[in-house]
Amino acid sequence: MHELSVTQGMLDIALEKAKEAQASRIKTINLVIGELSSIIDDCVQFYFDFLSKDSIAGGAILSFTRIPMKVRCRNCGLSFSPDKSSWSCPQCGKWDAEIIAGNEFYIDSIEVE
Amino acid sequence: MKVKVLKNILDANDQIASRNRQILDKNKVLAINIMSSPGAGKTSLILQTIKKLKDRVRIAVIEGDIASTIDADRISEERVPVVQINTGGACHLDANMVSNALDSLPLGDIELLLIENVGNLVCPAEFKVGEHKKVMLLSLPEGDDKPYKYPLMFTQSEVIIINKIDFLPFQDFDFTAFNKVVTGLNPKAKILQVSCKTGEGIEQWVSWLESELRGR
Repeated sequence: MHELSVTQGMLDIALEKAKEAQASRIKTINLVIGELSSIIDDCVQFYFDFLSKDSIAGGAILSFTRIPMKVRCRNCGLSFSPDKSSWSCPQCGKWDAEIIAGNEFYIDSIEVE
Repeated sequence: MKVKVLKNILDANDQIASRNRQILDKNKVLAINIMSSPGAGKTSLILQTIKKLKDRVRIAVIEGDIASTIDADRISEERVPVVQINTGGACHLDANMVSNALDSLPLGDIELLLIENVGNLVCPAEFKVGEHKKVMLLSLPEGDDKPYKYPLMFTQSEVIIINKIDFLPFQDFDFTAFNKVVTGLNPKAKILQVSCKTGEGIEQWVSWLESELRGR
């Protein structure tokens, strides 16, 4: 729902990094987005095409890596992805877990020339 | 050529949020970010809080809504400073909006700032605004399964207030199952049961706020 402002932020970071690398064109932006983030890929791509068209990032490919939600059991230490209906540890049966993946929302790298 | 970036996309927001936090700290203001679905009772909770505390604590309110000033109008009847932010479609408050609102508040005369976020269980959890504490409401009719659907919100909130407990005779709500899933994710969360309509449980919420104010 807030893809426009987020896409602008992402573009700004990519352009800054490209400038630091003295690049003339950004070919790909590699994004890592966790399952818990409310960002929709198609929507980001749509805004990106619009916002970037007059910049060196115009026409760049956005590559999304989605990270599923993963938790670590505080009781036995097992890392697992909770089942959709029951959130218990498959090893010890307890539910006492911290989220260790799924919150990601960053630019991993850019490919430039 | 590949250039490593490894930079959080919300970095710009987070930087403004920490600036807001510094401004609040300098003025010794405790800021609480109140989040929930639309209609769960954020404004009602704020009104109850003002009624209980305004003789002892100097309070101000930031009201975030997509449109309208209905909530801010209700708050201003209580004669506390209030700023309405209309997000113009955005689904959450961000740090920049709150930064602008802080400019319009007499921060030197305030001890407690209640920030009512836009009604939404998803996006507000992702955007820091400079608050000291995140608090969420879940109204009983929304159901006990919400932590499964919106885990981030339930993980980030230090206090989880179940509002509208006066609906209990008409509504199934499994408190045991709810508490189990929430405390499993967020063991430090304080879970309170209140009714903003009858006033039940409000005392507990207010005493949590007062202990936070004393701790500053």
